[in-house]
Amino acid sequence: MKIDRRSFLSFVIGGAAGTALSPLPWKLTDDIAIWSQNWPWTPIPERGASTYVKSTCTLCQAGCGISVRLVGDRVVKIEGMEGHPVNDGSVCNLGVAGMQLLYGPNRVKNPKKKVNGKWHDIAWEDAIAEIAAKLKELREKDLSHTVACISGSDRGTVPELLNRFLRFYGSPNFMRMPSIQDNYELALYLTQGVRGMPGFDVGHSDFILSFGSGLLEGWESPVYMSKAKSSLRDNGGRMDQIEPRLSKTAAKSDKWIAIKPGTEGALALGIAHVIIKEGLYRRDFVDNYSTGFTEWKTTVMDGFPLETVSKMTGIDGEQITALARDFARARKPLAICGRGAGQTPGSLQDFLAVHMLNALVGNLNRAGGLVAVPEADYISWPEAEIDKTAAKGLQQKRADGAGSTDYTHARYLLNRLPEVVNASQESPVQMLFISGANPAYSMPDTQSMSNALEKIPLVVSFSSYMDETAAHADMILPNHTYLERYEDVAVARGFPKPYIGLTRPVIEPLYNTRHVGDVIIQLAKEMEDLIAAAFPWDDYQVCLEETLEDLWDTLVEEGFWVDAEYSGADWTDAFETDTSKFEFSNQDIKALPGYNPVRAEGDESFYPLVLIPFDTMRLASEYIGSPPFLVKSLENTILKGNEVLVEVNPATAKTMGLSNGKIATLTTPKGSYKVRVYLFDGIMPGVVGLVRGLGHTAYGKFLAGKGVNYNALSGSVEDPVTGLDASWGIRAKLSQA
Amino acid sequence: MSTEDKANDVSADAQDPESNTFAPGPITPEKGDGAGGPIILFFILGLAASMVLGWVIFPKLLYSQKRQPIEFNHALHNELVDEGCESCHFFREDGTYSGVPTLAQCIDCHEEVNGEDPEEEKFVSQYVAKGREVPWLVYSRQPDCVFFSHAAHVKMANMACVTCHGPIGESESLKVYQKNRISGYSRDIWGENIAGIKRNSWDRMKMDDCAECHSRNNVNQGSVQTHRGGCFVCHH
Repeated sequence: MKIDRRSFLSFVIGGAAGTALSPLPWKLTDDIAIWSQNWPWTPIPERGASTYVKSTCTLCQAGCGISVRLVGDRVVKIEGMEGHPVNDGSVCNLGVAGMQLLYGPNRVKNPKKKVNGKWHDIAWEDAIAEIAAKLKELREKDLSHTVACISGSDRGTVPELLNRFLRFYGSPNFMRMPSIQDNYELALYLTQGVRGMPGFDVGHSDFILSFGSGLLEGWESPVYMSKAKSSLRDNGGRMDQIEPRLSKTAAKSDKWIAIKPGTEGALALGIAHVIIKEGLYRRDFVDNYSTGFTEWKTTVMDGFPLETVSKMTGIDGEQITALARDFARARKPLAICGRGAGQTPGSLQDFLAVHMLNALVGNLNRAGGLVAVPEADYISWPEAEIDKTAAKGLQQKRADGAGSTDYTHARYLLNRLPEVVNASQESPVQMLFISGANPAYSMPDTQSMSNALEKIPLVVSFSSYMDETAAHADMILPNHTYLERYEDVAVARGFPKPYIGLTRPVIEPLYNTRHVGDVIIQLAKEMEDLIAAAFPWDDYQVCLEETLEDLWDTLVEEGFWVDAEYSGADWTDAFETDTSKFEFSNQDIKALPGYNPVRAEGDESFYPLVLIPFDTMRLASEYIGSPPFLVKSLENTILKGNEVLVEVNPATAKTMGLSNGKIATLTTPKGSYKVRVYLFDGIMPGVVGLVRGLGHTAYGKFLAGKGVNYNALSGSVEDPVTGLDASWGIRAKLSQA
Repeated sequence: MSTEDKANDVSADAQDPESNTFAPGPITPEKGDGAGGPIILFFILGLAASMVLGWVIFPKLLYSQKRQPIEFNHALHNELVDEGCESCHFFREDGTYSGVPTLAQCIDCHEEVNGEDPEEEKFVSQYVAKGREVPWLVYSRQPDCVFFSHAAHVKMANMACVTCHGPIGESESLKVYQKNRISGYSRDIWGENIAGIKRNSWDRMKMDDCAECHSRNNVNQGSVQTHRGGCFVCHH
């Protein structure tokens, strides 16, 4: 028998038939499918019993309670804390991604010192000794006031420790990162005489008139606001959104009114005009609990008739009238402002105009209204003696000019610092501490901020992450992350009740990091006697427990403390002005320059468009850089590969010869970048929208090099009233690449 | 030459009797050295060989044989405890299932050697004394993308452990763990029978087996929240 081609083929066919009749192919297919689910790089959560630790998230200043799930000593999930007054069980996407900040590759694992442009690890004691020596040297030269500190917040024990250190050391230069908080605090102070924070009871209002505030884009307290907006809707309330771009908030509102960017304050005054003209304001409040109404009324009636406002804002008179009537006739109308997520302070006149609307309808310190929340007063450290050098240092003017005759109202003017430093021969800041902030990324005109940081002889960053500011520093003394440390959270921004949260360690610190509070106390102990004496605590933990006293047990037990019944002081006691009334006008307000829309920087003939930033919950844009979970969730109308898309109205694009998806060059007075065009009907003609939160140079491969940083293209426009950054955009041009 | 011409050409050929190779005539089947028999034979050979490969050799190659680190006698322990399986395989306070016991449970009785079994001595000296967890090989381990709640089945549906795990509580020794060389999971998931035939409810633990029981008992197949397809109830 000879094996020929035919018999071979026959064998093969038989083999194929037999294989098909055997379990081999089916079983193999199944196994390979399972094998493909088990790539070695796929993370598999730890197995074992779960434990939960209640804590407070500090990734922004929303004050959300979190419940951190652990298996053994591994954090496996971050959830919202059930029953928490701010976020009741919910959490935002940045909060969920917090683990990636803890375990991610961008941590600073050891204290570091820059030598000839290269980072070297340094021992903690050496780092502290070196800084202490420099501090002493500056004091000996009577230059204590040249030490400054930039902090993400000015409330709570850590910012207070930093502030106290500067005070006893002899420097007035404590600075907080700017935000709408600056203007809201000022508006409350000027009209109500209250040093407090605004709380917005959005959920119990029945009409929200929002002048560009992104309730769904991270404004004030993102989770609280988005839940409150749902309750508003469930209760039958409505919301009108006024902004030049169809944001998520605008899309989810009952009405979206596109306004010429930067003229929101004029519209508020126009609405006030109609309300006064038609007598729709609440007389019980205006007549009995306010003063200065007549003066203010004259300004509004003379200066802001419908035609003028209509021309300024681009909104027709009928619509303004309708808005005014809807607002004034609602039972609990609430007007809010501060664009997008509220990162840029904006113009004080805008805030005053919008605040007056709330006063006109008498919706202050009431459920569903704007509530003045007093600053927490649990930090009452004993006064101690300030030595002569320090007293002398404190007499010096602040480097940023805040509080000086030119800028009487502002408490902090960080936006002015780069200019001051860069313009001087010898930097007026010789040493700078930076805690919980990333100004080299999140302040406008990043280039000038970077230059200033390079010019300051010693910059000490307390960042847990290698961010842009840390990269410019001379030393990094890495703080524990929020999942590894204790800290009190004295602010839940925009939340209408007094509140304190406790951040607590859920795991032991992973690296050789140290609590910034401990470092400050140690530095103080290295200093002269009187400074050391002002810091009597052994360490931060002792300081925190002693400061909180009885609150400590509540915070440890519950994770937070809240005055749940609070809805603002009664009108008879609410106002701490000279007249004990709400002041529509007074000496301070009259002294302010009149309302004028803030113009965008740049020459219109050269830059025919205006570039405005927009915020999204899918990106973090302040101190924290977005972890990979967030970047992965970005829609492809914002980022494609490493290229950012800018929103352009089709009509505008047509005149410039640009089409969807095309590469273009975006130029502003501050710089020029390649971008991709995204044609979007939801943005006004003549306006270009760029997302905030991209264009990092730090934070490693998951974030760095993706897109463009809005702040690299923008500049600060000094508010003539306060000196704060009033910019809302910058002139720009788009050209074919 | 036009198409028409070609067509004419062909028809001309066809009409030529000499060029017709398919002339009618008696057909003689090929015999002797013909391949009919061997072809079938080779077909059968191929079929048989591949069947042997698929049914016998393949399963042997697919699985590696592993012994458990400690020989454990379920039957013996079962007699000594009060609450049956749940004495050691218990539910945690939060409702999650503890699965295979850890040292923390064993140590209550086995902090020191109690009996004369060399396996117990090995357990105490190598694991308890050193505080090292025993790397038990889990026969019923499912891939990570499968979410299974013991509480829903045992506490709420009152199912017996035996239904899925078989009478393992009566066994006196732990069987050989057959690890799938490709997927890495135990043979018990696919089942001992390579054809996937099962006699008992605990013979297999594939998704079809879950589905079979769920549809037999009219268990809600969709998501409780959305009432739509329930893929993500069990898969993630």
